[in-house]
Amino acid sequence: MRRITIAVVGTIAALVLLFSYRTSLGGSARTPPAAIAGTGSGGGTSADSTAGGSATPPTSVGTAGSGTVQGSAADTRWGVVQVEVTVQGGKITGVRALRVPDGNGRDQEINSYAVPILVQETLQAQSAKIDAVSGATVTSDGYATSLQAALDKVGK
Amino acid sequence: MTDMTESRGAWVEQIMGMPISVHLRGPQVPGERPEAVERVFDELRRVDRIFSTHRADSQISQLADGLRDLSDCDQQVTEVLALCDTARELTEGWFDALLPTGDGALRLDPTGLVKGWAVERAVAALAEDWPGDYYVNAGGDLALGSRSGQPWRVGIEDPQTGGVLAVVPLATGGIATSGTAHRGEHILLPSTGAPATELRSITVVGPSLLWADVFATAAFARGATGVAWVHELAGYEALAVGRDGTRTLTDGMRAILEAPQTV
Repeated sequence: MRRITIAVVGTIAALVLLFSYRTSLGGSARTPPAAIAGTGSGGGTSADSTAGGSATPPTSVGTAGSGTVQGSAADTRWGVVQVEVTVQGGKITGVRALRVPDGNGRDQEINSYAVPILVQETLQAQSAKIDAVSGATVTSDGYATSLQAALDKVGK
Repeated sequence: MTDMTESRGAWVEQIMGMPISVHLRGPQVPGERPEAVERVFDELRRVDRIFSTHRADSQISQLADGLRDLSDCDQQVTEVLALCDTARELTEGWFDALLPTGDGALRLDPTGLVKGWAVERAVAALAEDWPGDYYVNAGGDLALGSRSGQPWRVGIEDPQTGGVLAVVPLATGGIATSGTAHRGEHILLPSTGAPATELRSITVVGPSLLWADVFATAAFARGATGVAWVHELAGYEALAVGRDGTRTLTDGMRAILEAPQTV
C-alpha cells in the first residue's frame, strides 16, 4: 500500500504542472466531453484553493490505490471548476471535468478546447518522466487546484 | 526500489494572476501542506499586494499614478526599481519597466521582473525551511533546488503542439519561457510599442530565475537574434522556436538537453 501511494503521489508533480501550463486554445478541435454540457448548478461551492479542503467525499477508493475521486470545487475568475480522477493500481486512467465555467462565449471556447487537452495531457504525463514543464503559461488554475485535491485523496 | 527518497508533494494556488505550485521531494514529504509551503504562498501574496498593477491601491499603482512618493513605498519597491534599471542596462533597453500605454505615454510596470524576483526570494526562504529537494513553478517559470543532487527533469513546452519539445535536467537555478502560446502577443517592442512576433517562444536557463526571466523577455523581443544575444551572457543558455517552427539554441543548451526528438 505504501508503495502504491508513493506511485500515485509521484505523478502529482508532473500532473499539476501539466494542468497548470496546459490551457491552450491552440490546435485541437476535439469535441468537449459531455460534462461540459452541464450548467454546473453552482450553489455554495467553497473556494478552498488549498488541496483537499472539499466536503465532497471520494465516491469510492478501493484498495491498492484504485478508485474514482472528485477534487474540490475551485473558484476561478472564470467560474467554478471541478475535476474527477480515476486511478487504477496506482495509475491515473482517467480525468474528467465535472464542472466548468459556462458564463460567456469565451469561457465556453476555453473550456471546450482546454478540457480535452487537459485530460489527454494528464494521461500522457505518466509516461513522460518529467517533473515539471516550462512554458508560456496562462491560467489553468482551477483544473490544477481541483485535480490536486482529487489526487491528495487518492494518495491518502 | 523507489522508496522513501521518492516521496513527493505538490501544492498549487492562484497568485499574481497565475497558478503557482510548490513541489517538494525528499525522505519525508508530509501529506498536509507544510508551513514552509504556506510561507511561500504568503510571501507571494504579500508581494502581489505591493506590486500588482491590477490593484489600484497597490503601492506600485499609486506610484505610477503619482499618488504616492517612492519614499512612502516599501523598501522593496526601491529594490525592484533598481533591479529594473539594471535589467534595462543588461538588455540594452530591450527590457524596460516603462511600458507604452497606447496613447504615446509611458507607464511604470515592473511586473515582468517582479515575478522572478519574488519567486526567487520565496524559494530562497523555502530552501532554509525544507531539508530536501524543491522547486516553485510560477506560470511556467521555475526556480529549483536539489540537496540530493538528483536533478529535476524539466520539460520545455513545444509552443506549436503543446507537447514537450525537450527535457532539461536541472538541480538548481531557474528556467523561464517567454512566448505567445497562451497569453497572446503580450511582449511589446520598446522602440515602437508593437508586439514582438518573430519567435513563438524562447526558453532561458541559468543560475537565477530573476535573470533567466528578464533575459527570456528581452530575447523574445529581440526575435531572431535573441538566442545569439543570450549566448553572450555568461551562465545563461537559450532555446527558441521561430514563427516558422525553426529551432535555435546555444551550444550550452544543446549540451544539457535531453531531446525526445532531434532539436
